[in-house]
Amino acid sequence: MSARTEAWYSPARSRALRGRRRDKGKPEKWGSPLVYFVALLFIAVCVAPVLYIVLGGFRTNAQITTSPAGLPDPWVTTNYSNVLKSNTFWGEFANSLIVGVASTIGIVVLGLMVSFVIARYDFKFKGAMYSLFAAGLMFPLVIAITPLYIVIKDIGLEDSLAGVIVPEIAFGLPTTVIILVPFLRAIPREIEEAATIDGTSRLGFFFRMVMPLSLPGVVTVGILAFIGSWNNYVLPLYILNTDTNFTLPLGVQQFSSQYSQDTAKVLAFTSLAMLPALIFFSIFQKRIVGGLTGAVKG
Amino acid sequence: MSETLGTDTATDRQSQGAARAGDAATPSPPAVRRRGRGRMRLEIAALSGPAIIVFVAFVIFPVVLAAYYGFYKWDGYGPATDWVGLNNYRLILTDPAFQDVLWHSFLILVLSLVIQGPVAIGLAILLNQRIRGRSLIRVLIFVPYIISEVIVGTGWSLMLQSSGAMNDLLKHIGLGSLQHDWIADPHLALWTLMAIISWKYIGFAVILMLAGLQSIPDELFEAAAIDGASYWQIQRRITLPLLGPTIRIWAFLSIIGSLQLFDLVYIIWGQYVAGTAGTSTMAIYMVAQGRSAGSYGYGSAVAVLMFLISLTVALIYQRLVLRRDLRGAITEGAS
Repeated sequence: MSARTEAWYSPARSRALRGRRRDKGKPEKWGSPLVYFVALLFIAVCVAPVLYIVLGGFRTNAQITTSPAGLPDPWVTTNYSNVLKSNTFWGEFANSLIVGVASTIGIVVLGLMVSFVIARYDFKFKGAMYSLFAAGLMFPLVIAITPLYIVIKDIGLEDSLAGVIVPEIAFGLPTTVIILVPFLRAIPREIEEAATIDGTSRLGFFFRMVMPLSLPGVVTVGILAFIGSWNNYVLPLYILNTDTNFTLPLGVQQFSSQYSQDTAKVLAFTSLAMLPALIFFSIFQKRIVGGLTGAVKG
Repeated sequence: MSETLGTDTATDRQSQGAARAGDAATPSPPAVRRRGRGRMRLEIAALSGPAIIVFVAFVIFPVVLAAYYGFYKWDGYGPATDWVGLNNYRLILTDPAFQDVLWHSFLILVLSLVIQGPVAIGLAILLNQRIRGRSLIRVLIFVPYIISEVIVGTGWSLMLQSSGAMNDLLKHIGLGSLQHDWIADPHLALWTLMAIISWKYIGFAVILMLAGLQSIPDELFEAAAIDGASYWQIQRRITLPLLGPTIRIWAFLSIIGSLQLFDLVYIIWGQYVAGTAGTSTMAIYMVAQGRSAGSYGYGSAVAVLMFLISLTVALIYQRLVLRRDLRGAITEGAS
């Protein structure tokens, strides 16, 4: 039996299984080459199309026509510089930024407040309140978009950024509540009791203790909200009509049909439009991946 | 009805999390002192009011409104007066185009699960080892998920058009015979869509599975190994069952996502080509027959059907699959 065990179970293997935290100080071990091969292949598949878009922006249309899958030769930067000089791009960029920042703030502020109530207050409709937001996961934006458009039109917010921001906040709340409630519930009762003994009201506890302690969860929620809003397509598609109000996703689509003959320019515009979300993601990647992990695990 | 579903998964996750953290979380939250009840009510109202108002007005109310307009023939202007009863629903359900999109949505749902599930689990098991550059790998496989559907659609449609990079690449590596019109060919289009969907969403699945794997205590693997279990036995008897809750939650998210798929198809095929290429989804049908055709009553009825279909699928799934993960959650959620 021990021989069979030995075949795959060894101290090294056990360390590998144990995960990272316990042996942080020890030198890293290289794993099996097969793992690296598969990992590299998978990464290549994931990243290649993105690279194609970015590199394509550095080519000319002639290059793209003669050799669609080739590399830039020579590299041209005019596509990118033209896009960066255009008012269209920056106008849409600004709109996306306004919508993204405003919805993120709205989602975080409203979400944190209501999650705090659900997590730390004891009252009759607590369960119902939680269910209300959890049920929101069953009302995806696409399904509600037609009547939502009618509501927005009726209250006069059609073709305005506010008409995108407010529904964005509403549809961002369910995920926020579901991530933040367990987070806030996990703050030990002792801290709250200590604060009470020291004469802090529950609201004071909220502002002085809960806000700082729940910062990691809040950051995760905020990032998800921002990226979700930055990438949202169907909502602006319904609400916004005027070019000057367009957000980047609408802009990309309009640009690609407008310049359908100018592939290189479309590729340059497209890669510049995805850059902010990618940069944002790489700065906060630990939080996003970690936050999702937390959301699934508990 | 819809309430129970979301609550169940969420409450379940919380109880799991609490149990895992060894946190002696009491079932009832901090008790409230008797005095100051009025003040407490005020705080509750002030803190939860704004969120509830926004949520009800822009999420719940529109869905209710859709149910109302679904009974009317209405072009979106002025009040709806032309009551047609269930006629919209009759027209939708007998429309061959709707039956087509139902079938496509079903195919997309099943194929997403069948393609992404096993691949994601396999990759996660493989990547859940102590290898170099692990955090970089996790970031890179997540990139397609972060990029917006519009950009993914624009990029892929340029690559996959007849004179695009994909066919050029095939020619260069000597597989010229495999060149196709990937987007317009009705025999291929759905598979093209599936490939793009898998590319975009598999990173998310892998990250979820990795998270699930990391929550399995190492002692179980060690104990099994000491008892003489082989590598494959351990994967089958320990990893897969313990990964179960993660797999089931991922599958649920994937199913809901498949049923409401819109952006990618709309960008790559457009609402008219999607019909002939065989990639049209329920949401595409809703937009084409509703807003684009100026029939908001009809579009609302499609929205209601989509909602009912999603809800039914979700409830069946919950009954049959998630049941084990949710013991006691229904009563807990209702209290």
